[in-house]
Amino acid sequence: MARMATTKQVAVSTIGAWLFGFLIFFPILWMVLASFKTELEAFAIPPSFLFFHWTTENYATVQERSDYLHHALNSIIIAGGSTLIALLIAIPAAWSMAFSPTKRTKDILLWMLSTKMMPPVGVLVPIYLIYKSFGLLDSRIGLVFILCLGNLPIVIWMLFTYFKEIPRDILEAARMDGATIGRELVYVLTPMAIPGLASTMLLNLILAWNEAFWTLNLSTSSAAPLTTFIASYSSPEGLFWAKLSAASTLAIAPILVLGWFSQKQLVRGLTFGAVK
Amino acid sequence: MATRQTQLLARSLLTPAVGLLFIWMIVPLALTIYFSTLHYSLLDPGSEAFIGLENFRYFLTDPAFIASLQNTLVLVGSVLALTVLLGIPLALLLDQPVIGLNIVRLMVIAPFFVMPTVSALVWKNLLMHPVSGLFAWIASVFGLTPIDWFNDVPLLAVILIVSWQWLPFATLILLTAMQSLDEEQKEAAEMDGASAVSTFIYITLPHLARPITVVILIETIFLLTVFAEIYVTTGGGPGLSTTNIAFLIYSQALIQYDVGTASAGGLVAVVIANIVAFFLVRIVGRNLEA
Repeated sequence: MARMATTKQVAVSTIGAWLFGFLIFFPILWMVLASFKTELEAFAIPPSFLFFHWTTENYATVQERSDYLHHALNSIIIAGGSTLIALLIAIPAAWSMAFSPTKRTKDILLWMLSTKMMPPVGVLVPIYLIYKSFGLLDSRIGLVFILCLGNLPIVIWMLFTYFKEIPRDILEAARMDGATIGRELVYVLTPMAIPGLASTMLLNLILAWNEAFWTLNLSTSSAAPLTTFIASYSSPEGLFWAKLSAASTLAIAPILVLGWFSQKQLVRGLTFGAVK
Repeated sequence: MATRQTQLLARSLLTPAVGLLFIWMIVPLALTIYFSTLHYSLLDPGSEAFIGLENFRYFLTDPAFIASLQNTLVLVGSVLALTVLLGIPLALLLDQPVIGLNIVRLMVIAPFFVMPTVSALVWKNLLMHPVSGLFAWIASVFGLTPIDWFNDVPLLAVILIVSWQWLPFATLILLTAMQSLDEEQKEAAEMDGASAVSTFIYITLPHLARPITVVILIETIFLLTVFAEIYVTTGGGPGLSTTNIAFLIYSQALIQYDVGTASAGGLVAVVIANIVAFFLVRIVGRNLEA
C-alpha cells in the first residue's frame, strides 16, 4: 500500500513537475515552432510564440536544396547496418557467456567493457589514415564498420544481462525432454529472449543515429548521415534558422519516438546493468 | 553438467566477438603508439623519422595543452555538478504523486535523444544569439543587457548546452534507483516521526550513493570526449577558450596534419580516460558477483 498523499501535496508536486518538464523540453518545442515560421519571423524580436503565419515551406526547401532524404537514408543505413551486424556478432557471444560461463567469463566481460572506455580521439589518427589508404573515407561501409565496433561492447553487455535472467531450469527441462541444442535455441530460448533483443536493438539504433564523433570526422558529403548534414548549418554565412529547425526536427523526430519507447532499457544499457 | 562438446561450441561462439574487439583495441592503439614516436606530418610526406619521446615533450609543454586540460576539467566538473545537483531534486519531484507523470517523464527525457549537432546549433542560434535569440529577448524584457554568450562566456555556453543534454540521463538513473527503494522503509521512518528532510538525508541519500557514483563515472567517460558540440558552435575558440583535449587532438590531427603530436596527445587522452575507467570497471565488476 502506497502512502496516501493529500490533494494539496499532489497539486504542488504536479505543478512543480510540469513546470520543470516544460522548461527542459522547451528548446525542442521552440525549435519545432521555428521550423513552421518564415525566416523573417524566426529571427523576429519580439518573438512570436503561436500567432505567426504557419508554413511548411521550410520542409520543402530543405529537401529541394540539400537533398535531405539522401542523408536520412545514410543515417538509416549506417545506424541500422551497424546495429544488425553488432547483434549478429553479439548474440552468440552473449549466449555462450550467459549459458556456459567459465572461470574467465567475468574477466572477458570486464575487458569488453574497458574497450568502450577508450576515447575515440585516442585512435582518431590511425583510423583516419587506415581509412584514407583503403578509400573508406566518406563511405557508408566505413561508418557502419566503426560504429558497429564502437557499440559492440554495449550490445554484448545488454544481451548478457537479459540472457542471464532467462531461468536455467527451463533449459534443463528442455534438455531432459531430449531437445537438441538447435531445438533448444529455436523453441525455448528465442521466444524468451525477444524482449531483451528488441530493447538492445532499440538502444543501439539510438546511439548509432546520434553518434557524432566518427560521423563528423570520417564523412563529408556522399556518405554523410544527418549528424554531419546538420553540422553543415553551422557556417555563419549560410545560417537560416527556420530551415535549420526544419532539418533538425526531421532529424530527431524518429529517434525521439524510439527513445520514448525504450526509456527503461536506456538506464540498464548505459549503466552496463549497474542500475536497473 | 556441461559436456566437452558444449564447451567447445560455447568457445567458438565467443571467438568472433572477442577477436574483433581485440583487433579493434590493439591495432589502432599500437599504431598510435608507433606514430607518437615519429616526426610525421601529412603536409611534409617522406620526412618521417624516429624522435623518441619528443612529441610527448612537445605536446605536454605546449601552452595549448595546459589550457585545454583546464577547459576539459572545468567542462567535466561543471556539467557533473549541474546534472547531479539538478538531477536529484528533479528525480525526487518525479518520484512524488504527479498527475500526468508519463508526459512529464517524456518531456524530461527528450533532450537525451537529440543528436549533439542539433542541440548545439539550436541553443547557439535560437536561444543564445546575442540579438535575436530568445534569451536576449527575455533579458531585454527585464531591462538587462543581453549576454553575448559565445564571445563573453563561451565555455559557460558550451557547459549549459552539454548539461541540458545530460540532465535527463542523471535524472532517469536517480529516479530508477529511487523507485527501487523500499517504500516500507520510508513509511516506517514516517511512523517513527521522521520529517521529510531527515527521511531524505538518512534513507534516500545513502540509497542514492551508488547510482550517483555510477552517473558520475559514466558521464565523465562521455564528457571527457565532448566534441561535436564544440565543433559546430565555437570551433574551439575564441582563441583556445573552448578547446578541450579531444578538440585539441582533433585540430592537431586533421587541421594541422601533425600526426606525431596528435598521436602523443591521443595517448595522453587514453591514460586520462583509463584512470576513470579503472574505478567504473571495479564498481560494475562488484555488481557482477552479487
